[in-house]
Amino acid sequence: MTVSTVPKELPKAASSRRSKKSTPKYTLKEAILAYGLLSPAVLLMLVFTFFPIAFGLYISLYDWRLGPRAFLGLGNYARAFAPRSEFWPALATTATYSLLSVPIQISLALVLAYLLFQKIQGKSAFRVIMFLPYITSTVASAAVWARLYSPDTGIINQVLSLLSLPEPRWLLENKGVFTLIANGLGFKMPLGITGPSLALISVIIYTTWVFVGYNMTIFLAGLGNIPGELYEAARIDGASGFQLFRNITWPLLSPTTFFIVLITVIGTFKAFNHIWVMTQGNNGTGTAAILIYKQFYQFNREGYASALGFLLSTVILIVTIIQNRVAANRVNY
Amino acid sequence: MATAAQSPSVAVAQAQSTRTLRSRTQGWIYLILIIVGILSLIPFVWMFLTSVKTYSDVIALKFWPWPPIGTSQPAWGNFAEAMARIGTDRDTGLPLFVRHLLNTTFITVAVVVGVTLTSVLAAYAFAQLRFPGKGLIFIIVLITLMIPDEVTLVPRAVMMNKNYLGWYNTYLALTMPFLVSAFGIFLLRQFFMQIPRDLWDAARIDGAGHLRYLTTVMVPLARPAILTVALFNFIWTWNEYRWAQLVTSSESMRTVSVGLQGFLQAEGGTETQLAMAVAVMVVLPILVLYFFTQRYFTEGISTTGLKG
Repeated sequence: MTVSTVPKELPKAASSRRSKKSTPKYTLKEAILAYGLLSPAVLLMLVFTFFPIAFGLYISLYDWRLGPRAFLGLGNYARAFAPRSEFWPALATTATYSLLSVPIQISLALVLAYLLFQKIQGKSAFRVIMFLPYITSTVASAAVWARLYSPDTGIINQVLSLLSLPEPRWLLENKGVFTLIANGLGFKMPLGITGPSLALISVIIYTTWVFVGYNMTIFLAGLGNIPGELYEAARIDGASGFQLFRNITWPLLSPTTFFIVLITVIGTFKAFNHIWVMTQGNNGTGTAAILIYKQFYQFNREGYASALGFLLSTVILIVTIIQNRVAANRVNY
Repeated sequence: MATAAQSPSVAVAQAQSTRTLRSRTQGWIYLILIIVGILSLIPFVWMFLTSVKTYSDVIALKFWPWPPIGTSQPAWGNFAEAMARIGTDRDTGLPLFVRHLLNTTFITVAVVVGVTLTSVLAAYAFAQLRFPGKGLIFIIVLITLMIPDEVTLVPRAVMMNKNYLGWYNTYLALTMPFLVSAFGIFLLRQFFMQIPRDLWDAARIDGAGHLRYLTTVMVPLARPAILTVALFNFIWTWNEYRWAQLVTSSESMRTVSVGLQGFLQAEGGTETQLAMAVAVMVVLPILVLYFFTQRYFTEGISTTGLKG
């Protein structure tokens, strides 16, 4: 990131012409023009991003329901941190959702990008089609999927019934997948292990459908930036396809991979729209973003919802910092 | 290749076997890509087909009830029926769905124009001009880029109440907070900085000022980047749901996403063909836009690495 150096004080000789890049002088006229050009953007950011952060902090200190009722101090935060609060299970669901969907989404996207990067006919047609789910209205596509998942009338269970396979209840299934598999095989899971609910897995499948083409497109851009000569040289040395991937593609693609992991993790921690449309957060799909929305929209607890918003953002920040630390040694720029 | 096969040399045999191996791998690649392509498209196909089925064909679970397999006729009337069920706008007498469509179009155009304008102007200042406080103001942009919406969602919505801005249930609430995009500023600044400084020197000799240089040189050169910013903001705003749900209360202020979700929870919950008819009408404008502009999406991602 190159931010030009800012001179400490305004030079007196405003009339002196700046010509060389090395002398960072500015004229008063130029500065006024710059402030004029920046003012709409900066004002909007101050009013709609920076002020709300301060205001949100203020709201979060109150029992705020359509207005301040009583000052609670850190009461709303204490409520979120209480052992039996709804925040912990929501956070656990968010983490499960993230941990399961990030690797699936990204590995699938990488494989598809790698396949599309070969000499293939109709490359751009595949790309256009796989990108379609990303640009489609989430409410609409989630509504379609909710019907595809329908236990009695959905197309998925129709296909499964043709193949005489078990027909699960997908989004309506509260039970954990391990429990379901164990029951199907006729035994019980030990130690009360249930696994993530099948509803959550169904949501993850949908998420993969939405984002795989998007991530694949970023991977394709990354693959395009790797110099072709490296592959030619390695092939002359007799490297196999897997060796090419392991020793050239994977390390040189690492900045792209890291970028995708970063935005995908952040995205999964904010997941809301599709979950709201498909399950309303029921059946083990109540993520933190769903909890915030419910507390605000259904219960009008603005103070508590604000506090939860700060906590979720802090979690996102911490996760991002950890990823940066972990990646520092492994990503080759 | 018949002549090559006659020669008994091992090398030729090896070359042939690697070639068949390669074409076999190619076959597998196509197979996988075609399967994934079909999986990407099936939900869309199902949505379009269902939107023109009759109710009885839907509950009979027929995938294709029309000739040559079935005997039904496409129920084009579903679209009008769905619109009639959603209701009529009290203000204008239009069908509510049309009102939602007009609202969404207006909001989307306003946001796209606003974001493009604020981003181009700010990016130009950062890329081209020298002024005190540049570093600090740029940090404000970077911080905005990194703040998740979760932290601003509730206070922003509270700000819209009558005790504060009083914008609840107005177009101002639906547009004003989104007229600036830190991401747009950042992306266009990067793009503007790649434009050679010599152009500016030449323009200045010709007597051009900053504004003329921006509009006649920089903007045309940065057209792909500007279009990328505009198009992604178009899609995001068109598809936005949560904010519009939070800050509107009257039916005539709703957007298509909120209207669709409301319909799904009411009658669309049982009459799938009508729900899908509405979904088609919500999705179709975006699909049309995407097919005409899709290269800006992929190119935009390729040249910038876009966040979602």
